[in-house]
Amino acid sequence: MIQLKVNGIQRNFDGDPQMPILWYLRDELRLTGTKFGCGVALCGACTAHKNGEAIRSCVTSMGTLAGAEITTIEGLSENGLHPVQKAWIQVNVPQCGYCQPGQMMQAAALLKSKKNPSDADIDDAMSGNICRCGTYQRIRAAIRAAAEAQT
Amino acid sequence: MSAIENVSRRGFLTGLVAVGGLVLAARFYPEIAGHERAPGSNQADLAKLHPNVFLGINPDGTVYIVAHRSEMGTTSRTSLPLVVADELDADWKLVKIDQAIGDAKYGSQNTDGSQSIRGFYDVMRVAGATGRLMLIQAAARQWGVDPAECTTEMHVVVHAATNRRLGYGELATAASKLPVPAKEVLKFKPKSEWRYVGKGSPSYDLEALCTGKAVFGMDAQLDGMLYASIEHPPVLGGKVKSVDSQEALKVAGVRQIVPIDPYQPPPAFQPLGGVAVIADNTWAAFQGRKKLKIDWDNGANESYDSEAYKKELQETARKPAKVVRDEGDVDAAFAKGGKIIEADYYVPLLAHASMEPMVALAEFKDGRATLWAPTQNPQAVQDIVSKELGIAKENVICHVTLLGGGFGRKSKPDYVAEAAVLSKKLNKPVKVVWTREDDIKFDYYNAVAAMHLKAAVSDKGIPSAWLQRSVFPPITSIFDVNAVYGDPGHLQQGWTDIPYDLPNLRVENGPAKAHVRIGWLRSVANIYHAFAVQCFTDELAHASGRDPVDYQFGLIGKPRIVDLKNTNYPNYGAPYDLYPIDTARLIRVMQMAADKGGWGKRKLGKRAGLGFAAHRSFLTYVATVVEVEVDDQGEIKIPRVDTVVDAGLVVNPEATRAQFQGAAVFGTSVVKTGEITATKGAIDQSNFQDYPVARMSEAPYQTNVYLVESDAPPAGVGEPGVPPFVAALCNAIFAATGKRIRELPLSKNQLV
Ligand code: FES
Ligand code: FES
Repeated sequence: MIQLKVNGIQRNFDGDPQMPILWYLRDELRLTGTKFGCGVALCGACTAHKNGEAIRSCVTSMGTLAGAEITTIEGLSENGLHPVQKAWIQVNVPQCGYCQPGQMMQAAALLKSKKNPSDADIDDAMSGNICRCGTYQRIRAAIRAAAEAQT
Repeated sequence: MSAIENVSRRGFLTGLVAVGGLVLAARFYPEIAGHERAPGSNQADLAKLHPNVFLGINPDGTVYIVAHRSEMGTTSRTSLPLVVADELDADWKLVKIDQAIGDAKYGSQNTDGSQSIRGFYDVMRVAGATGRLMLIQAAARQWGVDPAECTTEMHVVVHAATNRRLGYGELATAASKLPVPAKEVLKFKPKSEWRYVGKGSPSYDLEALCTGKAVFGMDAQLDGMLYASIEHPPVLGGKVKSVDSQEALKVAGVRQIVPIDPYQPPPAFQPLGGVAVIADNTWAAFQGRKKLKIDWDNGANESYDSEAYKKELQETARKPAKVVRDEGDVDAAFAKGGKIIEADYYVPLLAHASMEPMVALAEFKDGRATLWAPTQNPQAVQDIVSKELGIAKENVICHVTLLGGGFGRKSKPDYVAEAAVLSKKLNKPVKVVWTREDDIKFDYYNAVAAMHLKAAVSDKGIPSAWLQRSVFPPITSIFDVNAVYGDPGHLQQGWTDIPYDLPNLRVENGPAKAHVRIGWLRSVANIYHAFAVQCFTDELAHASGRDPVDYQFGLIGKPRIVDLKNTNYPNYGAPYDLYPIDTARLIRVMQMAADKGGWGKRKLGKRAGLGFAAHRSFLTYVATVVEVEVDDQGEIKIPRVDTVVDAGLVVNPEATRAQFQGAAVFGTSVVKTGEITATKGAIDQSNFQDYPVARMSEAPYQTNVYLVESDAPPAGVGEPGVPPFVAALCNAIFAATGKRIRELPLSKNQLV
């Protein structure tokens, strides 16, 4: 039995410890904000936080998560919207939107470690997150807006 | 899906739905506000005032507008309802959008070809104006005045003379008893009074998209549903010889192994066939699949090898072929001599790789199939599912979820049919989930194409003769296995429509047989055709020592309507008198792009360059200036792109700009890494490691999009940005390095 917290709620898991948490979130907890895009840590659509750090949930097996605190897009902000989400709305980032929960989780983790990221920091942190619709320019603008709002 | 969203938003079912769960099931319908609800009927249908299929108004003032086109990121789900709301003079904040199920009553729902706005702009205006007139008539009757004395302000009918006002909600019941007025008596708002058209609005779903609440196909759920992952025949047309499922069945969570019949040629939108693993969750289904041992009969396409095929295409492109446009006498002009310049271009198969892989949920029950799918074409879902299951089309209810990207892939519902077939076999709701590998390997690819161009040029460089010939396996091959020539609908895309004013011009098309499924992909044949024509134009300009933009002005000649009377030219399905090829508009976007992009004016560093291209597609005129920098390793960076667009009337400018920014990123992927190949009939690529798409660090840093103010009728915006970008980037690379890119992707070229 694996005990972990998901968005602040205590959970017990006794299924296959090999199963990546992506599927536990989506299929069992029905938290479908975390997306499936590639399954092999190449696209970032499945990005969630483990103890505040960005992880690719598609390759993070349940067996490695005993005692972990997991946060998904649904839990990114306890009340209202996280500054990143506000910035995303203000800049009108999404096209199809499918990649955006992962983008926002990645951006939120970046802004936690770097209050005022440079272009190179943003490239570094965000280049694991694919947006096939091509919203990168707006993602960059939204990260800047969120950074400003935070200071 | 619409029902679900509305339901949760309005809290009708509070307490019934688990937190984070989605209410999708038809079983909830009868409970909604006590209505007797037929499956799929939406709030607009049920509203008190319901002047037509797209609109409903309730006594509480809520306006329901039906979005009958699919939302995949282009905002058609927002922008068409905006047109209705504008003509209705409604308050956008009181508008709720109902996503339509597949139903012929809405007209075409096939969300492709960049035609949502142009195809339905007028229909939406009529819908709104009809509602507004009925509300005015109801108010006038109540006040005992002439309707002509009444006007509307936002969501209110006003009789100014007596200073009386009635809200739309208050009038809905009375208006619902009036006859629907004829189209001829409708009065449309003058442009000066438009509230939303031309100003736009962010996506109706923006907040849902930013909070993880938006429901994509991948997110559809039903209680008790099973998950399926399907091993498809690796080669198109292959069949299962034998399958050993013993090990697969041992995987925890795997319930059953179910064969799916191979398709009967032609493939069209039928399931490919194969073996489905049915499990309790997606992961178990994926794991089970890895343990299947299948012996395949690969069939005739096993002989297909993309490297050999490429040589065949290139050889065909150098031989005389079918003439599809002919002006003057090219052969005679070539015989007269002049400097002959020839070049061959090649673009490989391309995969869509929408961010959301193919997925669909189906429930077959009591002779009826209900589906939830991210589909661009719910009526095509009805067609294929009714055929596969042997039930009437009316018994196929297709709910359209949001699409995690589409780019043309999701107008082909083979994956939805798979879910339907499995649900019927298992008598349970089944969700089919494709992996990224499935998506890359079992796509309907953009055609591989070889182009041969030849010109005889004079001193000033203006060609006395121009020949262009393209060869590609046609999309029609998915409907007719013997089809080898391009059809007019795809030959028009950047090929027969060449707008140059040349005395001797011949356009040809050679035959090519398809060995994979070929399909529409954002911009389709325009990608390879514009690449060839716009890069060849750049080559001729340089060979003649001319500025490429100036040179192209010379080729286009005087402003005119291009005469295509002798050419089979369908003009994207639009009437030619309304949407002609008007070179004045082309010239204008070219001038503006040169100006905005600082053409000929900017100082650039070493191994940096500007490239230019202009192209009309989907009835929209686009010109682009791309700046590129090439480093010591031959890696490219794209600091800046300036794109000018004349798409006629633009409903949603901000969303339109986003489409052209996105097109530049999509085009970057095409140029840098877009390549699908096959060995022994099976696709070589599988995921983003071998089919990479542009990431943030590779994408254009800054794409500026300028929209031409235009009163021309609305044209397409989703696709026209890609083709000129691809060519302009390649021309920029030439400017920076002196290396001509005649074959894509870039990895085939040595830049330094
Ligand atoms: S789904 Fe996890 S990185 Fe792509
Ligand atoms: S918004 Fe569509 S993939 Fe990013």
